[in-house]
Amino acid sequence: MIGTIADLEVGDTGVIEKLCLENIPLKLLEMGCLPGKEVKLIQKAPMKDPLYIKVNGSYLAIRKETAEKITVVLAK
Amino acid sequence: MSNDEVIKVALIGNPNTGKTSLFNQLTGLKQKVGNYPGITVEKKQGICKLDSSIKAEITDLPGTYSINPTSMDETIVLDTLLNESGDSFPDVVVVIIDIENIKRNLLLFTQIKDLQIPAILVINMIDQMKRKGISIDVQQLEEKLHTKIVLTSARKKIGIEQLKLAILNYKKLDNKPIGQISKRIDKEYFSNLKDAFKEFSTYKSWLLITQNIEFHFLNKEQKKIVLKFREDLDCIKRYQHKETILRYQIINDILKENFKVDKSKATDLRGVLDRVLTHKFFGYIIFALILLFIFQGIFDWASYPMDFIDRTFANLSLWVKSVLPAGVFTSLIAEGVIPGIGGVVIFIPQIAILFTFISVLEETGYMSRVVFLMDKIMRRFGMSGKSVIPLISGTACAIPAIMASRNISNWKERLITILVIPFTTCSARLPVYAILISLIIPNKRVFGFLNLQGLTMMALYLLGFTAAILSAILLHNVLKIKSKSFFVIEMPNFKIPSLKNIFYEVVEKTKAFVFGAGKIILAISIILWFLASNGPSSFKKAEEMVSAQIENSNLSKVALQKKVASYKLEHSYIGYMGKSIEPIIKPMGYDWKIGIALISSFAAREVFVGALATIYNVESDENVGTIKERMAAEINPETGEKRFNFPTGISLLLFYAFAMQCISTLAIVKRETNSWKWPVLQLVGMGVLAYVTSTIAFNILN
Repeated sequence: MIGTIADLEVGDTGVIEKLCLENIPLKLLEMGCLPGKEVKLIQKAPMKDPLYIKVNGSYLAIRKETAEKITVVLAK
Repeated sequence: MSNDEVIKVALIGNPNTGKTSLFNQLTGLKQKVGNYPGITVEKKQGICKLDSSIKAEITDLPGTYSINPTSMDETIVLDTLLNESGDSFPDVVVVIIDIENIKRNLLLFTQIKDLQIPAILVINMIDQMKRKGISIDVQQLEEKLHTKIVLTSARKKIGIEQLKLAILNYKKLDNKPIGQISKRIDKEYFSNLKDAFKEFSTYKSWLLITQNIEFHFLNKEQKKIVLKFREDLDCIKRYQHKETILRYQIINDILKENFKVDKSKATDLRGVLDRVLTHKFFGYIIFALILLFIFQGIFDWASYPMDFIDRTFANLSLWVKSVLPAGVFTSLIAEGVIPGIGGVVIFIPQIAILFTFISVLEETGYMSRVVFLMDKIMRRFGMSGKSVIPLISGTACAIPAIMASRNISNWKERLITILVIPFTTCSARLPVYAILISLIIPNKRVFGFLNLQGLTMMALYLLGFTAAILSAILLHNVLKIKSKSFFVIEMPNFKIPSLKNIFYEVVEKTKAFVFGAGKIILAISIILWFLASNGPSSFKKAEEMVSAQIENSNLSKVALQKKVASYKLEHSYIGYMGKSIEPIIKPMGYDWKIGIALISSFAAREVFVGALATIYNVESDENVGTIKERMAAEINPETGEKRFNFPTGISLLLFYAFAMQCISTLAIVKRETNSWKWPVLQLVGMGVLAYVTSTIAFNILN
């Protein structure tokens, strides 16, 4: 199943397939959010935004609008 | 003069790697905070003795994930590393990385290596290695990374001596780059780049063109070339992307054999704590309770040392008067200097308590959870989750709070945060609030356990916070600024705070306040004293005039002196100033004496109390007691009632809640926004709001 990080449910894991470069801060790439890396959705903030993810060993919070720009393949 | 050799060292690392702990271990109390030349970004430096004749001057640079800056703080790191002729250009860089996040942390290290500046790699928190199931082959890693590696645990003081030794021997370090990025992305592009800047390393030239910053150390010709390369932005973006991927590949290759993690040994405290702390219901409850606890500390616990300081300075002033011979000098010391210093010292307990709490919350990792929890809410007001910490810090002092907004990378969110921070109740308002509340609100208990005066104080805090939120909503809808929102924060591991770090942080913040704001307050106190003790011709003839007026009455000597003093004040320079604004402030319920305090406190609110103290002090030499007692005794001659009655008191409270009375804040806003437009907007907007609400409140209540 293909979707974006924003489509993940808490506890789901996905593998990053593609990033929309124009809308992703370079900083996020530098923190290891790169194609081929595994992303786990750890927690959603109370109003379902931002999202708390684990990627490349880092624990990060990103906003939903950024998460929507990162395509992942859901690992079942 | 000494012939000691000084090695310049820069500490660089990701946030939450224990960089500050290491800095504290190396430098101890030999630290100082200054500003980088030309900008207000804090610069923390300290001295570390390496051996009997060689010292290291250590600069603690702001935490950063890479040298591609996204915020003002991070720009400093880049600027320090690129400006070879700059004061802060290091002889050697110490890159601190956290054992748990070694891959991401090494990214920054490879960038610095490619700049070909001598670099030592410090792997921190090694005491956690066993528990986390990590093993490293240090020797092999040193070879692959062309560096010297030091294993440390800054909190447990492990590896500090080895690090000092490595710094001493920095000349032996290998300067070979790791990435050789240029050769692997686009050979032609990078060889063109190399030809354009023959004097720099390729990576430095690459950084010069990728950052949207005007580097002041470049000459005209170089700036032109930079601009030319920057024209093809898409290309730069693509190559930056490639560069990042390449760096991770290199790091993965290097680590494959030298770094192992046995995941079965990892424990999961984070998961449990996060489920509670970021819970959609309990998360907010916990945050609210923490805030309540902090405020309790600021009001309740701080009041004891504050009362003590207040009394001490009042007594000191009296003591000086009784010991020194009467005259201008004694008067200056007792009525100008001592109350002036007292007005600064009295804030120390509150600032220290607040910053203790804030640094504990930062150190434990809780603050990131607050950012996470509050982001969506704050966005409705045009701010970001990262605005919460500046807004809380604003309860101590707006100046560090505005500086703390630097890590908000979205300009509009940052600007709104800066503009509304002065509404939050800073500690400079506290003495004003405290004294007025104690004068107009009875010290009673309601519902058996809540104190009425305490509740009023709480209400004023809420008022400030509400004003901040409402004006943020207004600004959010009015300001038409388009800026991309980059919000990426790290959620650090939970940690037990280090007492040493907290101690240094609190000492430093308090010192910055005392010496920063203190100078202004003391200067104003002395100017006030002068303006109140001198005046035009009628001032000098005060005694004759008063005796002529009351020739036939048989007043006691003391009463006569009081009359003379009050006549003098009325006819002093400041008296005239106060009188001239009386028509404007009368609708708010104030007389010319309050007017004097108002004028003087435009530079800094806390001067209000000191100014009244000075005024009432000059007026009656015989008066014994604190400022509060003197204010309570003041009578309004028109009504025969107390001067500080309920309507006037409320009006003053509202005025001080809203008006922008702080020159230092205006100055910092000008510097941070690089324009006069915003501080002027604050001054006028907040001033009008203050005037209107105070006037309405006074007229309704009176």
